[in-house]
Amino acid sequence: MTAGLWTHWVLPGIWITVQLTVYSAALATVVAFAVGTARTHRSRTVRFLAGLYTEIFRGTSALVLMFWLFFVMPSLFGWALVPMWAAVLALGLSYGAYGAEVVRGALNSVAPAQREAGIALNFTPWQRLRLIMLPQAVPEMIPPFSNLLVELLKGTALVSLLGVADVSFAAYLVRLATQESAQIYSVTLVIYFVLAFLLTRGMRTLERKTKAGIGITTTAGGAR
Amino acid sequence: MNGWDWSAVADFMPRFWDGLLLTLQVLVLGSLLSFSLGLVWAIGFRSDTRLVRWPVQAVTEFIRNTPLLVQLFFFFFVLPEWGVQFSGLTTGTLAIGLHYSTYTAQVYRAGIDAVPAGQWEAATALSLPLPRTWIAVILPQAIRRIVPALGNYVISMLKDTPLLAGISVLEMLQQSRLESASTFQYTEPLTVVGIAFILIAYPASLLMRALERRLVR
Repeated sequence: MTAGLWTHWVLPGIWITVQLTVYSAALATVVAFAVGTARTHRSRTVRFLAGLYTEIFRGTSALVLMFWLFFVMPSLFGWALVPMWAAVLALGLSYGAYGAEVVRGALNSVAPAQREAGIALNFTPWQRLRLIMLPQAVPEMIPPFSNLLVELLKGTALVSLLGVADVSFAAYLVRLATQESAQIYSVTLVIYFVLAFLLTRGMRTLERKTKAGIGITTTAGGAR
Repeated sequence: MNGWDWSAVADFMPRFWDGLLLTLQVLVLGSLLSFSLGLVWAIGFRSDTRLVRWPVQAVTEFIRNTPLLVQLFFFFFVLPEWGVQFSGLTTGTLAIGLHYSTYTAQVYRAGIDAVPAGQWEAATALSLPLPRTWIAVILPQAIRRIVPALGNYVISMLKDTPLLAGISVLEMLQQSRLESASTFQYTEPLTVVGIAFILIAYPASLLMRALERRLVR
């Protein structure tokens, strides 16, 4: 592989993959918290709608959703999306649905007495959520979120099928240019592995920090 | 901008059924592969010697943390360079089975770890040979607990089969792309495929939840 291919395609490709991961993760987090808390809402209608959202977006395939947003939305609704944003939207919406289940589970695992104490202190529902439930639920969410984040990183590879020049797309071009597959595809797999490793490490630090924030200290070995 | 056209749906149906059949074929073979290979990895995790344990852990971690799509391309392009000529369908099924075997391995591991230590000790006390211990004592207790978790990975695998369109396997997504390429109608085929996934995945996940209530206690 020549240096030109490396600096023109692979390095910018890594940057695109990182950007995609960050944007989709941000969208997915917003969706996860919104839908996840909606699933613990007292109104049955809100719970039903949130449940419907999770079932639909968890039920369909992220790649099909991505193609649908890119090819069908323009002709059906007249909105055209840049491939990059179709990808972010598809990944954010579907991984947000997986994340919503995590948020719901963590909120449900907070001891009921905590919520009752909030009611007794005359907190508004919003205060209860923000000051009592979330600080205790968030550390519980981090290990499953960490897994989802790695899944999301792996999911960004799908955008290469829409022609977004991420690192998988770069690998495809390098293969065409050099007529050699083993080398570039091994390198690409290693790149993804390193990115996933960094994400997992970062999430582990975040878990320690959020736990320390509510007075739980974990040992340096990360034993839980 | 154009609306919904039912006749395009009807035109797509023959291709759709072909695609569905192929998707299910990939799913069944891929699941069987991932179940058996995952068990091999899980037994490797418990090996007495580090010479087996470490390589197995390293390989499964690597496969689990890298994208299936890139693995598909790897096998699709690299195997022929090594002189192995497989069709896209065979490559795809092998790759998806291998990828998911690293997930099922973790499920088996959890299931095996949940078998009480007394069971191993009892098998030793009865001086059962090791293969018999696994087949007659440990696995029957472990597998019962992990059936729902394995089922959930089969559903995940179903939702990953469209990736095989990337190596031109004629599964549902690729069939819809071919249909669109010949009729210039993108809306209907793709929507039908998307809905088909929900219609298969949702009842399947309900089934897994019911199984979980029955089998896991």
